[in-house]
Amino acid sequence: MSEKILTKRFEISGYRGTLEEYEASGGYQAIAKALKEHTPASLIEMVKRSGLRGRGGAGFPTGVKWGFIPKDPELPKYLVCNADESEPGTFKDRELIMRDPHQLIEGILLASFAIGCRTAYIYIRGEFIAGACILEQAIRDAAARGLVGKDILGSSFSLDLHVHRGAGAYICGEETALLESLEGKRGLPRLKPPFPATSGLYRKPTVVNNVETLSNLSHIVLRGAEWFSSIGNPKSTGTRVFSVSGHVRRPGIYECPINVSMRELIFEHADGMRDGRRLKAVIPGGSSVPVLTEQHLDTRMDFESLATAGSMAGSGGVIVMDETTCMVRVGEVVSRFYHHESCGQCTQCREGTAWLHKTLRRIEEGRGRQADLDLLLDICDNMKGKTICPLSDAAAMPIESYLKYFRDEFEQHIVNRACPFQSDYSVPSVIAS
Amino acid sequence: MTEETIQRILSRYPDRRSALLPLMHLCQEEAGYLTEEAMRELAARLDLPPTQVAEVAMFYDMFRLKPGGRYEIWVCHNLSCALLGAERVIRRLEEALGASAGETTADGLFTIKRVECLAACGLAPAIQVGPDYYGPVSHGDVETLVARLREQLAGSDQRAASCDRL
Ligand SMILES: Cc1cc2nc3c(=O)[nH]c(=O)nc-3n(C[C@H](O)[C@H](O)[C@H](O)COP(=O)(O)O)c2cc1C
Ligand code: SF4
Ligand code: FES
Repeated sequence: MSEKILTKRFEISGYRGTLEEYEASGGYQAIAKALKEHTPASLIEMVKRSGLRGRGGAGFPTGVKWGFIPKDPELPKYLVCNADESEPGTFKDRELIMRDPHQLIEGILLASFAIGCRTAYIYIRGEFIAGACILEQAIRDAAARGLVGKDILGSSFSLDLHVHRGAGAYICGEETALLESLEGKRGLPRLKPPFPATSGLYRKPTVVNNVETLSNLSHIVLRGAEWFSSIGNPKSTGTRVFSVSGHVRRPGIYECPINVSMRELIFEHADGMRDGRRLKAVIPGGSSVPVLTEQHLDTRMDFESLATAGSMAGSGGVIVMDETTCMVRVGEVVSRFYHHESCGQCTQCREGTAWLHKTLRRIEEGRGRQADLDLLLDICDNMKGKTICPLSDAAAMPIESYLKYFRDEFEQHIVNRACPFQSDYSVPSVIAS
Repeated sequence: MTEETIQRILSRYPDRRSALLPLMHLCQEEAGYLTEEAMRELAARLDLPPTQVAEVAMFYDMFRLKPGGRYEIWVCHNLSCALLGAERVIRRLEEALGASAGETTADGLFTIKRVECLAACGLAPAIQVGPDYYGPVSHGDVETLVARLREQLAGSDQRAASCDRL
């Protein structure tokens, strides 16, 4: 079994992630080391060399992103931790926050030191009530020990850190919508450019990084960029905390080298398929990415390999489906979600998501027409590449992929005027007995 | 909501408008929903046109503009949960509570709400009530779960919990 990094402390018996426990297991040594041995520039350089790429979805190199922040010390700058975690199928940030909040806080300190920021925010989705409480407590504990606030550990580096709760809107995970929301507005994505690095929160230079991205930093500082980049492959380094859900025997989060094979992740870590059924489809990076099938099981989960296979690594949310799954129904659920979450600024996205859902629902309910399949592809085609943010693409690409691999199934619905699958899945009772 | 709480929240941001969502959460926790009066006061307090406050209140799924049950039962109907029987769970829940999704029980205790992915897909089908997650919830367990919720919550006077410093 490969070495765990971000989730290693989870294995310490009785570990609850308190400040004392975190410190007793090497916590806050990275920030102490960085304050002594690094300049902001050398820290950015180190993170660049580590090859760390963002774990929020796009996989952008973290050190490079930091490098875009202007160096002018007079200019206020912000770091915002993206803890919105709302990509369907993704639940690793919640675990990282609940089980080791100080690992995240130390990462935020390091990133803030690197970009020269004095105020940072954790934007956490509104539904994470427990997570927000735990972070608030952890920040208070860290502040009481001089780890957050003025002149941290006796240095000249100061950081104020605040938790800011969202209020239920998937689109606020998109970084510019998140910044709008943090400014007290509706979460409407902004046109880019300008990018947040030059004009972000309050129009000031801003870095937005995901919880898992930031949680990697203390380990890179303590163990070195070369150690980190030796895990994975040259273009995708380190580990990834995969969220595995759906029809597997053991759903959960599994930290593996980022280039673990899909087969190993599903059949070893998540213990294979429930009830001895056959695997039919896998969504490898959250519901926004194209589906893959059994033929792709030996694909590795890194950014390039999944792209080559025609999908994306996205958020690392792996949704596994067995042979009893109706792919039209999957399309209906997924399109309902994007329709509900479209912010409505772009016509193609607003109208396209509505049409997709309506058409897929019609097919699922046995009211579809032969022409609907081309209609679906037409709608998808119209939705791509012409919008303010990537949600429109994220709504279209999965549906295209379902049609690509499972067109027969769509046709069967239309010809039979009914869904050929039994639709009432359920899990066995755990309480009733 | 005390003046001290308001000041503490305002002090976190260089621009007072950023305090809008945190203050809306607090108002909602106090009254159970965002009353028109609360929204008017927030607008005045943050120097915002009342229409902008209303716009924000309508944009976010968590804000309620009319009274509902004392507790919301959030049932996820997104993909990982749907794959494992969420619709059946919702039907059972509706039967057990005698109210449809979106509605409130006759005793005013619960409102059932269909929600999108709760980032608890490892617990699918997942339900959240206040800060607590429940799952995997089998349709066969729904009645037991409802009985437990009633027991746990009926006595307590607390609204969907939050911590004092939020
Ligand atoms: C519609 C949409 C939703 C997103 N949701 C999230 C999210 O919930 N969490 C997250 O970290 N990033 C999310 N992202 C990606 C962010 O825009 C951004 O790229 C990321 O937070 C950057 O951090 P990273 O470089 O550390 O990955 C989303 C993007 C889009 C287009
Ligand atoms: S693509 Fe959709 S979600 Fe994104 S800005 Fe346009 S309408 Fe809003
Ligand atoms: S899909 Fe239900 S919690 Fe994620």
